[in-house]
Amino acid sequence: MTAGEPIIRWDWIASHAGEIGLRVGEHLELTAIAVIVGLAIAFALSFVALRLPQLYPPITFVSGTLYTIPSLALFAFLVPYTGLSIVTAEIGLVSYTLLILVRNIVGGIRDVPAEVRDAARGMGYTPRQMLWRIELPLALAVIFAGIRVATITTIGLVTVTALIGEGGLGYFILLGIQLFFSTPLIVGAVGSVLFAVIADAALVLVQRSLTPWSRIR
Amino acid sequence: MAERRGATVELREVTKRYGDTVAVDQLSFTAPAGRITVLIGPSGCGKTTSLRMVNRLIEPTAGEILIDGQNVLSEDATALRRRIGYVIQQVGLFPHRTIGENVATVPRLLGWPDARVRARVDELLQLIGFDPARMRDRYPAQLSGGERQRVGVARAMAAEPPLMLMDEPFGAVDPIVRERLQNEFVELQRAQGITVIFVTHDIDEAIKLGDRVAIMRAGRLVQFAPPGELLARPADEFVARFVGSDRGLKRLALLTVGGAELDPPVDPAKLDGAPVLAPGMSLRDALAEMLASETQVGMVRDGDRYLGVLTLSHIGALLRTEERS
Repeated sequence: MTAGEPIIRWDWIASHAGEIGLRVGEHLELTAIAVIVGLAIAFALSFVALRLPQLYPPITFVSGTLYTIPSLALFAFLVPYTGLSIVTAEIGLVSYTLLILVRNIVGGIRDVPAEVRDAARGMGYTPRQMLWRIELPLALAVIFAGIRVATITTIGLVTVTALIGEGGLGYFILLGIQLFFSTPLIVGAVGSVLFAVIADAALVLVQRSLTPWSRIR
Repeated sequence: MAERRGATVELREVTKRYGDTVAVDQLSFTAPAGRITVLIGPSGCGKTTSLRMVNRLIEPTAGEILIDGQNVLSEDATALRRRIGYVIQQVGLFPHRTIGENVATVPRLLGWPDARVRARVDELLQLIGFDPARMRDRYPAQLSGGERQRVGVARAMAAEPPLMLMDEPFGAVDPIVRERLQNEFVELQRAQGITVIFVTHDIDEAIKLGDRVAIMRAGRLVQFAPPGELLARPADEFVARFVGSDRGLKRLALLTVGGAELDPPVDPAKLDGAPVLAPGMSLRDALAEMLASETQVGMVRDGDRYLGVLTLSHIGALLRTEERS
């Protein structure tokens, strides 16, 4: 970065407002797809793990292993197969959500008090009714905790996908690095953080409206 | 509420084995309709297992369980459970549902129309002493332990079951609340004529609530009798020890002053300080008053009528005849 240059050039931001808006939209899209697809896969894996508890350790082992792969390496590894595409980005992003989501779904459902389950069974709930009407609602707070962490993590990781031509706000970070120009770098980084904070707050509001009983005590 | 008759429940040589362990061993008894049958015994005696076999939360290894003559094993387990009330010690109210929704559980599962469910919920909340408007929309976390236990009973009664299974339902509340819940429950049960099978480890509770008491040990039935008979004529040493060395005093709680012989009336002036006893009073309370008085006797009066004088030897005589009969 050139000495004497201000850290932020507001005129640059003003003249790029349209592009910033576009990249925010892209960031939102990449994040939403990753979390929604991740949730769908995590629910499927969790139901398998709940029905066949012996499969829970291998499921968490695989999703845990995925979680430890450095994101840069994972995307680089995928490019030869799926190219510089949104698919490559989403495969990586979805993989990183699985561990936390599966753990919280399975944990939340297992935490449902034994006496609540016993009473429900004793009153004639079928296993399916038990899952949908008792276990999932009661696990919702824990599941939402997982969704919040997965969402925040994904929003951060999306910036890395700038390297394979996606990236949302990560595009500006990359641009800033390439041009030795601090303004886009700050726009990308601060924007990503702000986005994470707003998304988290929104999820908290959604959770509260879905679990009115948890506010009482 | 219309008077309904409870179901008769018959266990025929019911056995539950887990591998080599026999949890319940050829258990047979009949729980009479509209009565409370208490299963009692030390921990691990198989009482809870026996209870849970009636609504098939546990499947028997062998034997038959008949509800009004129909084998429970021939019925769909879910449908069976919906027509049997179920109350457990930890209550197990659904924390994410309001009190009203909790009570409505089984009627909803059975698909009752909304209006009928709402009317039934309010009726039950009143029955357990709640103001429906005030309590209906609260969550279980907002209630005391005793209130939660009441809601548990109301929830089990919601679909008007002919049979209720209760596993130490009053075990987790303090003694004062327990006593009140017991009294309220017996009143409800009598009014509605529901058959109840009730598990407890508290012999005083068994004697107070039971029309029949089944004492179990190591999976087997040791004695099945009304509480008075259990106290008067324990089947063996185990039962005698289980009911306690004070079983004579416990029996007095079940007998009334009216059942004892009396000496002819004596001039009250000569019995200064003697307590006045009503025929409906329990002999245990009468004895306590007599022992505390100078005269050691009590004057029995039914309103204005002076019936006679109760003495300690009459109480002793009554206990002895009961043991022989």
